[in-house]
Amino acid sequence: MTEGFVRSRRDGSVVASFTGFEADLLRSLASQLVELLRNEVAAPTASNDPLEDLLDFSGPTTEPDDPVLARLFPTAYPDDEEAAGEFRRFTEGTLRDGKARNAVLIIDMLEEAGLPPALEEDGLFIDIELEVPQAHAWMRSFTDIRLALATRLEIEEGDESFWDLLPEDDPRTHVHDIYEWVGYLQETLVHALSS
Amino acid sequence: MPVELDEPQTDDETLLARPWVTIVWNDPVNLMSYVTYVFQTYFGYNRKKAEKLMMEVHRDGRSVVSTGSREEMERDVQAMHEYGLWATMQKADA
Repeated sequence: MTEGFVRSRRDGSVVASFTGFEADLLRSLASQLVELLRNEVAAPTASNDPLEDLLDFSGPTTEPDDPVLARLFPTAYPDDEEAAGEFRRFTEGTLRDGKARNAVLIIDMLEEAGLPPALEEDGLFIDIELEVPQAHAWMRSFTDIRLALATRLEIEEGDESFWDLLPEDDPRTHVHDIYEWVGYLQETLVHALSS
Repeated sequence: MPVELDEPQTDDETLLARPWVTIVWNDPVNLMSYVTYVFQTYFGYNRKKAEKLMMEVHRDGRSVVSTGSREEMERDVQAMHEYGLWATMQKADA
């Protein structure tokens, strides 16, 4: 099992070594995030003016239906619906693109480092070396993945004992283990960048 | 006389220049180390200030992390959303 990220003494980059299984899992999580970001179209909502609708291709103004997307793109003005809509119109598209780009970078770098399209062999190791801007992209994407998993699991503040006591055969146990593992990777990545 | 009339406007501009705040809210997901790192990296705060703000978020549920014009705060809120932090903005006195 990977020990996470460490700072390379040689040139200040951040390095990690993953088993094939781990790299495949990360790719799968990043792919699901990309799919989610591109699935629910960031479309403008219909108004009463057909001409306005045709000309309005700039972005959505209301909170996404999917709770994961609602958490990734929070409402900026909680007490001002109109200002919140304008903010969303001008930012959500950019934010979606940025988050999708970060996740795609993870997928591309894992595959460039030797992860095959379909993992079949045992004993494969994927060595990753990240320059600081790449490390920031991975770090942000780990956050998005954790937010997505936590929203689906309905994780709440101070509910650690609930997860600790959940039976092994509960399907949520496996997902929660993955959530914790990405958290571990995130912790080592932040530590490596801070050192 | 026009010079004197201009003066109150300058005062208004000074008052209006920093009436907005960016607030980061607590969530059960983001790691304390990560939130501190984001405050250091994006705002350029030193470690001590970044940790103080992070602890406010963690302990009090929210913290004002920056103050400035509406446009500046919109940039900060967007940046916090890029980092996956739950941020909102409002007038400073609200």
